[in-house]
Amino acid sequence: MVKKGLILLILVGFVAIISNLLINFTGSEELNPLAKHYAEKGATEVGAANLVTAVVVTYRGFDTLGEVTILFLTAAIVGFFLKVYHRDNQREEKLRKTSEILVTASTLLVPTIFMLGVYIFINGHLTPGGGFQGGAVIATGVVMMIMAKPNVTFNHKLLALLESISGVGFVAIGVLGVLLAAGFLDSTLLPMGKFGTLLSAGVIPIIYILIGLKVGSELTNILGSLKETQNEI
Amino acid sequence: MSILLAVFLGVVVIILAILAIYHSNLKIAIIATGVVGLFSSIIYLLLAAPDVAMTEASIGSGLTTIIFFYVLNKIRKSNG
Repeated sequence: MVKKGLILLILVGFVAIISNLLINFTGSEELNPLAKHYAEKGATEVGAANLVTAVVVTYRGFDTLGEVTILFLTAAIVGFFLKVYHRDNQREEKLRKTSEILVTASTLLVPTIFMLGVYIFINGHLTPGGGFQGGAVIATGVVMMIMAKPNVTFNHKLLALLESISGVGFVAIGVLGVLLAAGFLDSTLLPMGKFGTLLSAGVIPIIYILIGLKVGSELTNILGSLKETQNEI
Repeated sequence: MSILLAVFLGVVVIILAILAIYHSNLKIAIIATGVVGLFSSIIYLLLAAPDVAMTEASIGSGLTTIIFFYVLNKIRKSNG
């Protein structure tokens, strides 16, 4: 009883603190100076039609590198704890038969989902989405593949190679930016091109292709190691 | 119209989130979590954030659901 009363007291205290903020809140009519700079000069400075990409890859490119590192660490830790001790490809798992509808649909849908993912990350500087979204869409295609054919195996070495090459390439582009352009991950390393076309916005499409490949292969690796350790205790 | 849809989806999301926390059958709770992700991605789309909607639809409803199922299966096996 006393405990519940204390919880209620704390909740009332929170309401008292937060309601003050809520009552005095007035939405600002104009952007703050930083957002104004991004919105007005983003198109000319970076050349990306999608302003979110301009902010994520160029103005805040270092944060994106941090996010990629976090995802890499997550994949590495999952791979470490889900080490496959008895990799035994001969033994087929005894599973319930997959439904005919799922198998038939997956032969059409899996390539389409992969193509959509690739489209999303190649066009990251023009349309909504980007490397992370494209990679995640590719991983959902892998989920469908696993559900339709539960005995599918993954080439973990190839996935790890793809992931390492993309990660190293991302950092190398950043370092080239320091040497040849204005700074780390600067997008003016390559010519800007015509605004709104596929080959524009300097180095952003290449960075997003690398991020998309990296995220896709990392998530596929996590799913693959989870699947392969299923019949171990 | 889109406000009505958003309110409807918001109510469904809250109901499913409560279901996901309190349901005793873990399979139903996991599916409820996935549907929360799917419906909230539509809400993000209505709020004009297609980037976030894409991430939420693929990670929130696709990947986390299957990872939860894998983990559930593994826990059941190791508990005998």
